[in-house]
Order: sequence, then C-alpha cells, then structure tokens
Amino acid sequence: MPVIELSSISKHYVMGQQLIKAVDSLDLAIDYNEYVVFIGSSGSGKSTLMNIIGCLDTPTSGRYVLNQRDVSGLNENELADIRNQEIGFIFQSFNLLPRATALKNVMQPLIYRGLSFADRRAEAERVLERVGLADRSDHLPNQLSGGQRQRVAIARALVTNPSILLADEPTGNLDSQTSVEILALFDELHGDGQTIIVVTHEPDVAQHGERIVRLKDGKIVEDHRNEPKSKTA
Amino acid sequence: MNQNPRRPNLRGAQRLANVRFPMWFAATEGARAALGSIRAHSFRSFLTTLGIVIGVASVIAMVSIIQGLSYMIGQQFEGLGSNSVTVQSYTSLENALQGRRARLTQEDYEMIRFRVDGLESITPIMYINNGQSQVRYGSQTTVSQILGTTYAFQHVGQYFASRGRFLSDSDNDTRRRVAVIGERVREDLSLPDDPVGEFISINGEWLKIIGLLEEKGEIFGQSQDNRIMIPFTTMASLQGNQREPDIQVQLTIRDLGELENISQTIARLLRSAHNLGKDDEDDFRVQTADQLQDTFETILNNVTVVMGGIVSISLLVGGIGIMNIMLVSVTERTREIGICKAIGAKRHHILLQFLLEALVLCLLGGLVGLTIGYGLGALAASLIPNFPAAHTPWWAVALALGFSGFVGIVFGILPAAKAANLDPISSLRYE
Repeated sequence: MPVIELSSISKHYVMGQQLIKAVDSLDLAIDYNEYVVFIGSSGSGKSTLMNIIGCLDTPTSGRYVLNQRDVSGLNENELADIRNQEIGFIFQSFNLLPRATALKNVMQPLIYRGLSFADRRAEAERVLERVGLADRSDHLPNQLSGGQRQRVAIARALVTNPSILLADEPTGNLDSQTSVEILALFDELHGDGQTIIVVTHEPDVAQHGERIVRLKDGKIVEDHRNEPKSKTA
Repeated sequence: MNQNPRRPNLRGAQRLANVRFPMWFAATEGARAALGSIRAHSFRSFLTTLGIVIGVASVIAMVSIIQGLSYMIGQQFEGLGSNSVTVQSYTSLENALQGRRARLTQEDYEMIRFRVDGLESITPIMYINNGQSQVRYGSQTTVSQILGTTYAFQHVGQYFASRGRFLSDSDNDTRRRVAVIGERVREDLSLPDDPVGEFISINGEWLKIIGLLEEKGEIFGQSQDNRIMIPFTTMASLQGNQREPDIQVQLTIRDLGELENISQTIARLLRSAHNLGKDDEDDFRVQTADQLQDTFETILNNVTVVMGGIVSISLLVGGIGIMNIMLVSVTERTREIGICKAIGAKRHHILLQFLLEALVLCLLGGLVGLTIGYGLGALAASLIPNFPAAHTPWWAVALALGFSGFVGIVFGILPAAKAANLDPISSLRYE
C-alpha cells in the first residue's frame, strides 16, 4: 500500500516570457518503509518535487494522495497540519532555531501539535536519546558539530512520528566521515520501519537507497531497485 | 493507519493531542516564545521599549504631581466648610473692555447682613490696591497683602492667632488702628519673636500689632503667611474718600439645606440693588465652597488632559520605534519563520508570537515607566518645599498600562502580519 501517490503532478510557473516546467506530469508511488533516493543535477526539478511531496508547495495540476488523504487542494493551514503530522524535514543546512537549545529545537514541532510542555520535553528527550545526543540536549546549535546538528535535525523530524522522513541533501554540509555516520543512522531508521526519501546529487549517497529515481527536466528518466551497498547495522 | 505493520513504531508520540482551548494554548506558547526572544536580545529590547518607558514615566510623574495638588486642594476646602459662601463682584469680559468694572460695596454687605435670614456668620473682606501694599517697621519695609475684615473671618478662613489675639468685633466698632500679621511679615520686617505691641506703618498710617497668625505654609509656591489683617472699618477709613472699593463677602449659613435658597435670595437682593434689568447678566458671583473646589478641580483636570495629550505623543513615537524594530526583527528571523512553518506552524502561531512580542515589550516598558514615573513624582514632590505629596491614582496606572498595551498591539500588527504571511519555501532559502 503506497504512502505517497502522485498522479500527473505538474508544477509550472512563468519566469519572464518563459514557461518553466519544474515538474512535468509526473507519476510516482512510494510504499511504506521504502528508502527512495531522488537523484538529478541541479534544475532537474528534484527540489520542486520534494517541496510538493513535503506539502510546502502545491502542484499546478495533478493529484497527490498522502497516507490515503488527498492533499492537492488543501489550504495553507491544512497543509501546515499535514506537514506537522506526516512529514519530517531534514535540510542540507540543518535549519535549527539558533537561539534554542537542542532540546527546545526538538520540542518545537510538538508545540504546533498542542502537546503540553512536560509531554513535549519527554518526547524530545526520548528522540534525542534515539539519535545519540541525550548528553547534548542543553547545547545551542552553534555549540554543536555539523554531525551533531544534523542529528538534532533528524530528532526534530522524528519527534512527530511522521509518515515520511524527507531529507534534502542531508550530507551536503558534512565531511565524509560524518556523512557516513548520518547515512548509517538513516539505514538504522529504515530498518526500524521508517519511510525515507532522500534528495541528492551525490551517487555515493544514492547508493544507500533501495530504490533510485533519476530526474531530468521535471520528468522521471530512470526508476530502478538498488541493492544497498553498505547496510551497517 | 497505525495498524499498518510497516508503519514506523517509535513509541509514544501521540498522533494528535487534545487541546481544549487551542487559542489559549497558542497564546501561552506564543508568549513563551516572545519572552524567549526578548531575553535573547535584552539590550536591544530595552532600547526598543525606551520610548514607551519615557512616555509612561512622564505621564505617571505628571499625573501624580497634579493629583497630589488636587488632593491637597480638596483638603484645604474641607477646612473651609461646605456651608460657606463667597459673594464677589464679577466683570464680564465685554464690560471690562468697555472700562466698566462691577463692584460690591459696603452697602451690599450691610444689605446681605441685615436682610438675609439663616446666616451663621458674615464677614466682609477688603483688599488694598489689588491686595499688595507696602509695610514699614522701623527702617525695614516689605510688600504684603493687606485685607480688611472682621472677627468672623477667623472662623471662615481658619486663621488663628499664635500670639496675641485675632480681630474682635469691638475693633471694628471703634475702628481701632490694629493689625494681625502673618509669620512671613514678622520675619521680613525683622520684628521680635513676639511682635505684639509693636507699631507698623501701612501707607503712612500707624497700626498696632495685636496678634501673630499661626503659620500656614505655601500653596503653589505662594506664601500664605505674607498677610496682614486689619479691621474692616479701619480699612475703609484708611481708604478715605477714594472711589468706593470693591469688597468680598464671606458668609456661613446655619442650615445646609437652605444653601440654595439663601444663594438665590442674595442674588435677588443684589440684582435689585444694582438696578439690573431683566436681561442683564449678574455683575456678581455667589459661590459655595463646593463650587470653588469644583472650579479648581476643573482647571487641574484640564491641565491633566492637555499634558496627558502631549505626553501621549511620546508614546506614539515609542510605538513607531517598536514597529520599526519589529519589522527589522521579522526580516532578520525570516529563516526561523520558514523553519517553523515547515515543521507545522500555522499563520496564527507566527502572528501571535510576534504580536505578543510587541505587546510584552510595550507592557514591560509600561511597567518600568510606571516605576520610574512614580519615583520621579515622589522625588519632585519631596524636593519642592511645602509641595503636597505625589498621589498616583489607580486610573492613571490602568491608563498608562492600557495605553502601552494598545500601542503594542497597534504597532505590532503590521510586523506580525508580515511575518505570518511569509512564504515557507522562500523564507527557508533566505540568507
């Protein structure tokens, strides 16, 4: 049963005189507990597709069913709810709140879900421990290393127990050693049953996925199974 | 959906919490976030709210001083007694421009005295030369207020002798050349501590001092002790055959219920005595102590309102300062706003956070201003000698805080709306 169903999704916009087809009538289905990698060069439409899947952006046309719910025609506030409940975002530049401690950062999404402070704290502590940062919970982002920051970001994405984990170039700002650690964590989460979607242009990163989708000019040009290279447990 | 076996199972996180009062929850969380960001930029927040601090401080200081004055005036009039009535001449501006001055004469006084029933006491008061006159003792001279009156004035004006005695009825009956002086006059003329029996000269006429008045202090920086009281009849004879002087009549009535009646009787008598026609305006005023007090309070209230208006401009300027900084702050935090939106913040979450930040800033400024203003008022009152203690009424506190809260909301709306309307994708890309 698919968690994501995209049918003839398009995102067109006009820039100057030109009509840009960032995503062009694209069909895609992703199952629960799949580890999918979108790969493509810049301008291939992978970021736009990711924004649509993450409900940050709405398609110009087409139908998007997320977790058995049609989200194509939802308004801004409904999309915010979907993002909060279904999606866990991980960004290349971590995007942590600079003035909040690691713990507060992880607690943040739960505010929008209406959890009390004590509940938020308990949840956040649990997830921080899961990513191995329990002893860093009162550090500010600028007191943490890149890898630790990305772990906080992953914890923040996981704390809402989302249907999909959506990572945009998660290792783009990390050195190779830390990248390996983060990708290992993804593998672990995947092993626990988490659906993961990673967007990248690095073939090394892509090799961790069990399904690789190659994009070019807003269309899928290749979609194949992959035998993950390094399944570290 | 949760029964799907391949759904991740990270235990615990509730899919949706039960919030009974979502707006209240959003408001408390917004306030928490607002306080956090104010604390994070504490110095900038302080500078931002300085306009409000100064505005509120000046409002409170000013209002508390004026209210202190008003409170004191109320106390003074209480001493006067609400059963006392003052009759004095009144010249309308129109008549004054034509050179016609209304006056009350001694005959008017006699008429009221003998033809009005229900009076407890009545006394005429006559001032020389608009009240100021030169006084001499030995080689010392000073300028003092001279008023001619009778024994009854002691009761009406609450003047009592600390040495010697006050004017008596027999002083008036026999036009004795005697005077009761205030403490300030005694000092200015270098009279002995007990001046009774000394002679002073007013306009070349010699008068014997029979009493020294108790000290009264100052009102509005004017000494109440620079006064000399002499018998009314003596005063009249000193004036010689100059033009008929204008006098005041002060009286107290026996039964307070008769107040209105007696005022009307006096008015009727005076109108006929002054040959006023049916359409002519009164050329005198019959005022009760309450009315006098009302007049004073009206003046003070007007001053309060006008000053308050001027000072609110500074609150307005403070509000604009807050809006300006809040707009900068929204731009500065564009990326944070994008992050919050990406992880599920709705418009009202962001709106409330920034609105509450402006509100909390203004209210904090208001509270600080309140404290400073209260201190300034008390300080000013204690530095000026004989000035009444500052009195801060609760409505001024409520008004100052209410107004700063209002400023916060009005000038916070625009930046908050700007923040709430940011597009999450472009804010996330914002550098």
